[in-house]
Amino acid sequence: MKRYLLPLLVFVVMAGFLAIGLKLDPREVPSPLIGKPAPAFDLPQLATPDQRLAAKDLRGQVWLLNVWASWCVACRQEHPLLVELSKSGKVKLYGLNYKDKREDALRWLANFGDPYLKSISDTDGLVGIDYGVYGVPETFVIDKQGVVRYKQIGPVTAEALRDTLMPLVAKLEQMP
Amino acid sequence: MMKRTLLALVLASAMCSAGATEAASLATDPVLEARVMKVAEELRCLVCQNETIAASHADLAVDLRKQIRSQLSQGQSERQILDFMVERYGDFVLYRPALKASTVLLWVGPFVLLLIAALALIRAIRGRQRLAAPLAPADADRARRLLEESPPGP
Repeated sequence: MKRYLLPLLVFVVMAGFLAIGLKLDPREVPSPLIGKPAPAFDLPQLATPDQRLAAKDLRGQVWLLNVWASWCVACRQEHPLLVELSKSGKVKLYGLNYKDKREDALRWLANFGDPYLKSISDTDGLVGIDYGVYGVPETFVIDKQGVVRYKQIGPVTAEALRDTLMPLVAKLEQMP
Repeated sequence: MMKRTLLALVLASAMCSAGATEAASLATDPVLEARVMKVAEELRCLVCQNETIAASHADLAVDLRKQIRSQLSQGQSERQILDFMVERYGDFVLYRPALKASTVLLWVGPFVLLLIAALALIRAIRGRQRLAAPLAPADADRARRLLEESPPGP
């Protein structure tokens, strides 16, 4: 009996580690930006390039920064949800148009709908680097003090919106 | 066969064009480029996670090499550039993560496993040696008697 105990123990420990490993997504790298001030930017707006939008203009409100591009396939997947979200008016959604051509981006919004209060053009991807963007789409939740509270990596799903993003936004709205 | 060769050629030429802009800067300043590659080899490409930024052809890796190049030419130290990357992408971006509370297991774990394996090996060898110990004289006598009693084989 005793001789089976050790292999069984080893098996249980291994199975435990593997089970945890199955649930982890190696593509989701925790952002070091959580709890830190959102990196500053000052970029031309996509619709009206002669006007600019800076991160500090958005202080005092809870807002989402959605990183998107017309070449990004997964962005198509989350887009209907974002359009619906913007219609509900529950949250202020801004877009960071990442490494895109202006014409392509505008055509994309015209085709699929524009959920953003404003989009800004990060043509050379430098603001993307400051935000640690590595897989578009990504969505940041930023509070009234301008602090990054959450980062959604990959497309926003209905579950993520219902269980994580919206409760967090509601909570942050209550805070000063 | 023909098709496959063609495909290989197309792929090869696509890769060449990706490296073209960098080849230009390599020609102008090989010393700087060597330093860029040295820093880039310390960094993980987050798009294709098992490649360094030096080796990867991903768009992000190209951008980050550009970033390293411009920071080096602005006189930033290699340490400063690695810190810049960690601030944005986290410890995971480093191929040699810093030794701290959250990474101790990563650094020590393999050696702990090795130690456990070595202990198990020593135990197993000792156990086997005990089995192979010479027979006690009484047992040896008994074995000889048994062998003599048994009828000769065919």
